[in-house]
Amino acid sequence: MKQAEDKLLKDKDIQHLIGSLLRWGVLLSMTVVAFGGIIYLYRHGHNVSDYSTFKLQPDFTREGWPLLQGVLAFKGRAIIQLGIILLIATPIMRVVFSAIGFFFEKDYLYVLITVLVLGVIMFSMFGGLAG
Amino acid sequence: MSVLVLTVIIIVGAYAAGLVGSLTGLGGAVVIIPLLTILLRVDIHYAIGAALVSVIATSSGSAVAYVKQGITNMRLGMFLEIATTSGAITGAIIAQYLPVKYIAILFGIVLIFSALMSLRKKISQADTIESPLSHKLKLSSSYPSGDGEIAYGVRNVAGGFVMMIFAGVMSGLLGIGSGALKVVAMDGIMRIPFKVSTTTSNFMIGVTAAASAVVYLQRGYIEPGLAMPVVLGVLLGAFTGSKILVHAQSNKLRYFFAVIVSILAVQMIYKGVTGAI
Repeated sequence: MKQAEDKLLKDKDIQHLIGSLLRWGVLLSMTVVAFGGIIYLYRHGHNVSDYSTFKLQPDFTREGWPLLQGVLAFKGRAIIQLGIILLIATPIMRVVFSAIGFFFEKDYLYVLITVLVLGVIMFSMFGGLAG
Repeated sequence: MSVLVLTVIIIVGAYAAGLVGSLTGLGGAVVIIPLLTILLRVDIHYAIGAALVSVIATSSGSAVAYVKQGITNMRLGMFLEIATTSGAITGAIIAQYLPVKYIAILFGIVLIFSALMSLRKKISQADTIESPLSHKLKLSSSYPSGDGEIAYGVRNVAGGFVMMIFAGVMSGLLGIGSGALKVVAMDGIMRIPFKVSTTTSNFMIGVTAAASAVVYLQRGYIEPGLAMPVVLGVLLGAFTGSKILVHAQSNKLRYFFAVIVSILAVQMIYKGVTGAI
């Protein structure tokens, strides 16, 4: 009985931690997006927009190193994109934390399942699927 | 149109989409995509990329409350995420090869289906019958309610898993959370109480969308200038919606929105069929 209570307690702790992680991830990324948005609008607000046809985007919105350089150069769109990447990273971090949580619960079946989910996401990142 | 004017229009539209999406349970993405493509003539790939980002924001933002209440079934969600993430990647790959008009038609069909699903009666089913596979995977659980913990069993794991692959493909292909399809898998097939299925599906949506978003990002479908007003607007709208939802649960309102969303869906199908998109 004591053991079951302990397990439930741990489960709840991990769930709370994950809940906070999601909240802070969203808040942080949205702040970065809004900040980049203000810079972008300040600089390019009067440009003519055209999103009617798909064009290849500049490197600094798609690749790690050019993006970082864009952020350091205070490019609005690069900062927005950094915020979006932080946002995408939030649920992925949740999966990582779940794996750690299951490990502490000694639920190795679910450690395996969680790692499998991470593997699928890693494949989509580095599998060259962008074509 | 200048960037500034367009950004303001999109923020207002995305706010409305997030609000309606939250009140109906459809999600903001399925409403913002027709707004962007039909009204503002945005390329559907950009619209899908921006919507996908907003899906991650609303899912992660609202999951906080549910996770803390202990309604979300983490094991079930994680297990089914194998299906949804694999599906999402497949969907993102198909999106590159499928002609735009078919994407528009498919989107319209899924939108109508989701609108119909949002009107269904929610029956709280909870019994402790579980299948052997569900027992092995420890999927059955319980959730807190006014009358104490309610235990429930999970059935037909394989059927639910296959349905989740399909939901994942639609999510990756159309840039939506496909919450309606996820609920079909969990409510209809696996016989989980709707309180658990809605929160668990919401929980899974963020991870599923992240899997295809990384592909979209590398491909350049996520245009920052467009994604910025979409994600901020939808998130604020969804937040407002969640505050209102507590006070108003009007059926008339749900029917009204379902009709509006269906009109948007028919427009998408029409544009797809005539090749005007």
